[in-house]
Amino acid sequence: MSVILLVSLAIAPAKDHFSEWRHYQNGYLKLISTRADAHSLQRRAPLGVQQIWMPELGVVDRCTTCHSALNETTLADVSQQPFRKHPVMPHNLTEFGCVICHRGQGTATTAHEAHHSTLAWEEPLLPAKYMDAACGQCHLAPLRGTPELNEGRRLLAREGCVHCHTIKLADGNVMTAADEPPDLIHIAEKTSREWIFSWIKNPQAYAVSATMPNFGFSDDHARDISAFLIAQSTPSPYAPKLANPSPKPASADANAAQAGATVYGESYCASCHATQNAAGNLVGGDLGPELTRVGSKVKPEWLEQWLRDPTAYSPNTKMSHYRFDDKQVTLLAGFLAAKTDSDFLANVHLEPATQKQIDHGRALVVEFGCASCHQINGVKKPDNFAPELSRVGSKPFALLAFPKGVEHTLPDYISSKITNPRAFGPGLKMPKFTLAPAQIDALTTALLALNDRSNTMGANLRITSLHDSQYQPAGKAGQLMNDLRCFSCHRINGHGGDMAPDLSWEGSSVQRPWLTDFLKNPNTLRPALIRRMPKFNLTDSEINVLSEYILTVYQTPKFDRDAIASDSLTPQLAEQGKQLFYSKYNCQGCHIIDPQKDKGYIGPVLSRVGLRLTPAWIFQWLKDPQALRPDTIEPNQHMDDAEAMELTAYLMTLKTSAKEGANKK
Amino acid sequence: MKQRSILLAFVLGMCGCRHGAAPPASSGTATGAALVLVSGDKQLARIGARLDQPLLVQVNDSQGTAVPNASVSFSGPPGVKFDPISGVTDSSGQLPSQVSAPGASGHFQVVASTNGGKVRLSTDEIALGYEEALGQQLNAKYCARCHDPESTPERVSNMDNLDPKPHPFTEGDTFNKISDADLISVISHGGVALNKSAAMPPFGYTLSKSDLQALAGYIREVADPPYRAPVGGNANK
Repeated sequence: MSVILLVSLAIAPAKDHFSEWRHYQNGYLKLISTRADAHSLQRRAPLGVQQIWMPELGVVDRCTTCHSALNETTLADVSQQPFRKHPVMPHNLTEFGCVICHRGQGTATTAHEAHHSTLAWEEPLLPAKYMDAACGQCHLAPLRGTPELNEGRRLLAREGCVHCHTIKLADGNVMTAADEPPDLIHIAEKTSREWIFSWIKNPQAYAVSATMPNFGFSDDHARDISAFLIAQSTPSPYAPKLANPSPKPASADANAAQAGATVYGESYCASCHATQNAAGNLVGGDLGPELTRVGSKVKPEWLEQWLRDPTAYSPNTKMSHYRFDDKQVTLLAGFLAAKTDSDFLANVHLEPATQKQIDHGRALVVEFGCASCHQINGVKKPDNFAPELSRVGSKPFALLAFPKGVEHTLPDYISSKITNPRAFGPGLKMPKFTLAPAQIDALTTALLALNDRSNTMGANLRITSLHDSQYQPAGKAGQLMNDLRCFSCHRINGHGGDMAPDLSWEGSSVQRPWLTDFLKNPNTLRPALIRRMPKFNLTDSEINVLSEYILTVYQTPKFDRDAIASDSLTPQLAEQGKQLFYSKYNCQGCHIIDPQKDKGYIGPVLSRVGLRLTPAWIFQWLKDPQALRPDTIEPNQHMDDAEAMELTAYLMTLKTSAKEGANKK
Repeated sequence: MKQRSILLAFVLGMCGCRHGAAPPASSGTATGAALVLVSGDKQLARIGARLDQPLLVQVNDSQGTAVPNASVSFSGPPGVKFDPISGVTDSSGQLPSQVSAPGASGHFQVVASTNGGKVRLSTDEIALGYEEALGQQLNAKYCARCHDPESTPERVSNMDNLDPKPHPFTEGDTFNKISDADLISVISHGGVALNKSAAMPPFGYTLSKSDLQALAGYIREVADPPYRAPVGGNANK
């Protein structure tokens, strides 16, 4: 009896003695015993169960019990786990512990329980490729070191995920969509029922870059939906003009086609719209829809009206209201109408729609939530059409149904769900998106960051998300800027796109004559850029309104644009500045002043900079470029005031256009 | 060399394990005498991430003609994933596989084998940890315009416009000779710090210390031949 008691008493210490973590700690001691700095390593060797406790986050980590060498820089060459040194990271180990980023069960003292999901613990280690999700729990704003997370968040907005799925960030901001699915309320004026039929059957067959996903509709469903969409269409403000189309000049000849291509090029349509070239590659921007087969889509008379004034048809469009004249409209419309693909509509023959088909089409539109993205007459935008994703990164296993062949982890669930949503059971409505595997990884990363921890941590630990400021300029200039859709590309006071320079301080930067010339005839400052400011064909009075407003309102509070009088910039100063430019600072490595001599392609050409920028701006820029444009790549040279003034004096003497300079020689 | 053979032995050992776990490969009927790399080596990817381009290999017979329908399988160190891990060559004798980097940073070797493992081909790829990946981004923004000879439509290389020409960071023979301290110094104070071209501007007033460190880490990682830290000293504090 006493022997049994003795043995049973011995079980506990024996179990402790043979525990897994002791095995690892012994292994560590053995490993370091052969190292050159064995003594100091042994002195620091953590023995016994180690623990990092972060009461603020409610996390207890015992990972360092086995991972003994995370901070040992002299063990950088050891690749054997669990003794590898932690690679460089932006945070301190003792401050944040391990499971905040890596997930897993921090309190566990065996490798299996710590790393894998068990009956009592669902959250296994986060695979390395989704590591950015860890950063996204606290950092709701874009972060430089997390490209995967930033891309995932961009895609959630850009691919329209948030039209159907509500995503409320932990700071209370709701993610908004960055794509612009077109209104369908006047669609019968724009395109044919046959085109709608083919498009909803397979959007990517029309445009490889189409955002609209494939719903896998049958011919019958596509027939009925197209019937309904045509039937619900009401007349747009274009209607009176469409009824009496202007007589068409014959535009089929080669000259007209060439002239149309020239208008397309001069208007820099390709800054926003892409077309497939002969090799099948997309060339152009992605702000507007791809135009490869646009001639098979739009009706010619609608297209002409659209080019004249897109805002009348679609008040929310990002497309600028170009001031095209009649001839330009005809040429451009002819050029675009010729971009057809005879195969696309070849086999589509639809009988006139019956009322039953139209009714069925409407039922389908409601069932599949088309109005979540598109404005449709008589169908309300559904609220919360799809499950909310604000905490999808902590979704319990009990709520997940895994299809065959998908590993039972949350990241695998999310990525398979995006890859092939209909594999998760019959009757599911989520369509199939055209996404590259790397995009799916990025999306999964961003979704994994939306979890319970992110939502429940103290607000003081959170870096809040950026959101658009909704800034709107007022008055006549404001109306004009809205009409031209300046904000589709330019950002001002926290509102607008990022394709073109931020104009918040443009008024401190440029001189009036240059600005009016530029608005009249924009020529790019950087020869290497593809995307350029288009020519809007503005009238003189429009240009005056715009430049007056920009010069008066968009100024920096940091300095006075007139602080440096031009007569204080003497020729002697300029001569010294020239020396600095070419010798000390080697500015010609990146900038061109004399195209015969200088070759730098990186920064803007400076041969006319004395006509473009104000001396005060140049001076401040030279002193600290990032203070004026945080994103600029021009390095801060730590120039003193005297040198900056000499260089300013030199740059202000540069008033020759590249062409004039070349002609003189 | 010795290190390399150890690594190879390690890799061989690993592929034994991986085969056990992998689904049975659809086996091709043809056999080849040689494996040729078509594209996809020396790529950079963040740890765990997919390499941009698939690894594309081609099976040839002894005359150098492509062999269709030959089985090829891929293997690598722990954590490296392949999609597919094995398959048969197409009509042009080629098979692509999408490779994902392992969870640990550094160079890693990927092995393709055919003919029952008798014919092998190994390629070198690079996994970037947090620091080197940050360095890669900084390189793309600040350095690549002059130090990368490749031009794209969006980013024309400025290298040929400069005299003397900047060194591409892959030039291990040049960069491996520069100590960590000198490398950081030339980035932060400009070319003049090491009596080099003044066209290299100083970035020390623009980038933070950790940015400079990250850039240096990236430059070390992409060096070819690979950089080896000197024994003793030069360790990052």
